[in-house]
Amino acid sequence: MAETIPLSGLAVGSSAVLREFPKTGPAFLRMREMGLLPGTSLKLVRTAPLGDPLEIEVRGYRLTLRRSEADAVRVEPGGR
Amino acid sequence: MSMSLPSHLGETVRNSPVPARHTPTYALVGNPNCGKSTLFNALTGLKQKVGNYPGVTVEKKVGTAYSQHGQPITIVDLPGAYSLAARSPDEAVTRDVLLGRRADTTAPDRILCIVDATNLERNLYLVHQIMDLGRPVILVLNMMDLAAKARLHISIDKLEKELGIPVIPCEASQGKGLIELKVAMSRSDLPLPRHSWTIPAPIAPAVSELQASLVDHSRKSALSARAEALLLLTDQDSVRVAGSTPLDARTLGILHTWQKRWESEGTDWAGSLVSSRYEAIGRLCAEVVRAGSADRSAANVSDRIDEVVTHPVWGWAILGVIMVALFVSIFTFAEYPMTWIDDHVASLSDWVKGVMPEGDLRDLITDGAIAGVGGVVVFLPQILILFFFIGLLESTGYMARAAFIMDRLMSKVGLNGKSFIPLLSSHACAIPGIMATRTIEDPKDRLVTILVAPLMSCSARLPVYLLMIAALVPNDRVPVMTKVGIMFGLYGVGYFGVFGFAWLFKRTLFKGPPPVMIMELPPYRMPRMRDVLMHMVERGGLFLKRAGTLILAISIMLWFLAAYPKAHDGATPQEQMTHSFAGKAGHALEPLIKPLGFDWQIGIGLVASFAAREVFVSTMGVVFNAQDTGEESTPLRQALLAAKWPDGRQLFTPLTCVSLMLFYVFAMQCISTIVIVKRETNSWRWPLFQLGYMTSTAWIVSFLVYQGGRALGF
Repeated sequence: MAETIPLSGLAVGSSAVLREFPKTGPAFLRMREMGLLPGTSLKLVRTAPLGDPLEIEVRGYRLTLRRSEADAVRVEPGGR
Repeated sequence: MSMSLPSHLGETVRNSPVPARHTPTYALVGNPNCGKSTLFNALTGLKQKVGNYPGVTVEKKVGTAYSQHGQPITIVDLPGAYSLAARSPDEAVTRDVLLGRRADTTAPDRILCIVDATNLERNLYLVHQIMDLGRPVILVLNMMDLAAKARLHISIDKLEKELGIPVIPCEASQGKGLIELKVAMSRSDLPLPRHSWTIPAPIAPAVSELQASLVDHSRKSALSARAEALLLLTDQDSVRVAGSTPLDARTLGILHTWQKRWESEGTDWAGSLVSSRYEAIGRLCAEVVRAGSADRSAANVSDRIDEVVTHPVWGWAILGVIMVALFVSIFTFAEYPMTWIDDHVASLSDWVKGVMPEGDLRDLITDGAIAGVGGVVVFLPQILILFFFIGLLESTGYMARAAFIMDRLMSKVGLNGKSFIPLLSSHACAIPGIMATRTIEDPKDRLVTILVAPLMSCSARLPVYLLMIAALVPNDRVPVMTKVGIMFGLYGVGYFGVFGFAWLFKRTLFKGPPPVMIMELPPYRMPRMRDVLMHMVERGGLFLKRAGTLILAISIMLWFLAAYPKAHDGATPQEQMTHSFAGKAGHALEPLIKPLGFDWQIGIGLVASFAAREVFVSTMGVVFNAQDTGEESTPLRQALLAAKWPDGRQLFTPLTCVSLMLFYVFAMQCISTIVIVKRETNSWRWPLFQLGYMTSTAWIVSFLVYQGGRALGF
């Protein structure tokens, strides 16, 4: 498996494939239910004016999440 | 990380037609932002009843649609949900109604699922859970026009064939597809979904065991027990709400045993369930959706708007302009109807005074009942205007952007971006502000927002501030900017209170993991005026119905306290006021408020303020016997400046004025707010807590300022 970085470390405008996810915690279950699963490709669209939260594109729609959650999600840059 | 999903465990549910009752009941379910309310409004028109689910502050909407043959069809509009593993009270109600866990609502026999055709995969996740329930389902593909624009070709025939249920393409906002939908809804032979998917192998035995236990102990049907068993596995830390039947102990025991076992084995049970659902959905979408050449023009328009709206400079400017517009319109547009209401209430009561003989009954009708009704109705313009704006901001999609921009700031005190609009609205009036907190999903965030909202300086405090500023700084000698400066200072102290207490409550009373902010940013859409107006009217009606009667009763009681016991015949209003229960209360309060620099006469004003803060001004007018009682009027100002303590010291010294203004910044002196908080939190506990913490803060702040000022020689 290629190098992974935290989702929060992705450059704005770039795509990545989601690789690893914390198993527990209500936030992460909801993120999966919103379609963020290992193997899902996503794109970091922008950050809010104050740098947090992040806006990502996943499965054709837009989702925001805070850096604190994005820190725990590992992605592999590239894809699409 | 990969998951292997053996296929031999797949289970298939066979079709079996369900006989229709005379008036079938449908539950309408769907993700937020998929056009569910628009469809509900289009199907039921004005035949809607809005109430609350008992014990929770979640809206219960039931409407009646008519089939092509005029047969009534009942539709229960369930709150928008992304999943049945609930994360908010709204989603919990949706889950509980569908699973038949709520005693107050019979489980609907058929389900109408609406999905956004432009966002099929994620929308189908909820549909996938719902198809487990073993009840007939109709799938509505909404926003087909937008899907066509995005060059998404969805094969309705294939989808119907794969799922085994009617699939109706629709454009709810244009009324397209409604006839076909009504025809499908009145079918008597609605099929069950053909729903086959693979439960991950490590979990399958647990699902069977939980299912068997639910059938035995909770008397569920086999299919609905299986659906519930599946849900229990992803539902472990989800939201519970009042009115929901708890799980039986046996089943709970089985669940815990399995969870312990999986934990020790390192099995990601919830995750693998979600993954296998998405795999099934992915296969289905690959089958039925053909994406054309990637011309995502609709998405591009949204993106271009967002480039500006969430821009580091323009984003703030736009947010500022929208908020100022919201604010100014609440203040100015509400002004005319409010004056109109006040005038008509006054002339109505004059008319009654003219036709009825003088006496207690006449006073009860005019000063108690009519004034009380006026006091309730006068809130309506602000509530309607605020909810018109909120409806507009929500239906265009801007509301989510405002939360996106503000989240970072609000998170500093432990709240999230969604608290921003309700708090800002509280500048006009805490009542609509508190009613607007329903957009906040997280129950703790919502409660904290409600608790601190009345600290935002509202429009009812303005007359009090103006009167005190007038008493503090004479018009002729001080530049206007000084007054403006004092006013800003008072608003600033209010903000300090809001954020300070929010921070404090989040660290003490509502400790816990920081709330998450996982929010969809829906594409921008043209607002639907009909939906916005219906929402606005519904809010106004709810206010009148839920809070109106109680506020009215309390207003009459407050009138009684000021009118009784009667002073001697021919007593002046001043003599009557000082002789009344309110006057006695002022006297009784004096030892408590003397350290703040207030005497018993100010005490009467504090008591009277509970009807509404601005009543302080007119009460002071009566108590100090001023003829003209406008807040900046010279006679009242002079009457105040002439007021003395019994020992001859001046009563309204600058220090007392400052102390009194600060008291009004913090004190909870508004019966209507207390009533609304009771309605919105479903208990007296929180409004009483709010009354306690705000009023004691007011006392402490005024005490420190007054005594500190005295010590410093002011």
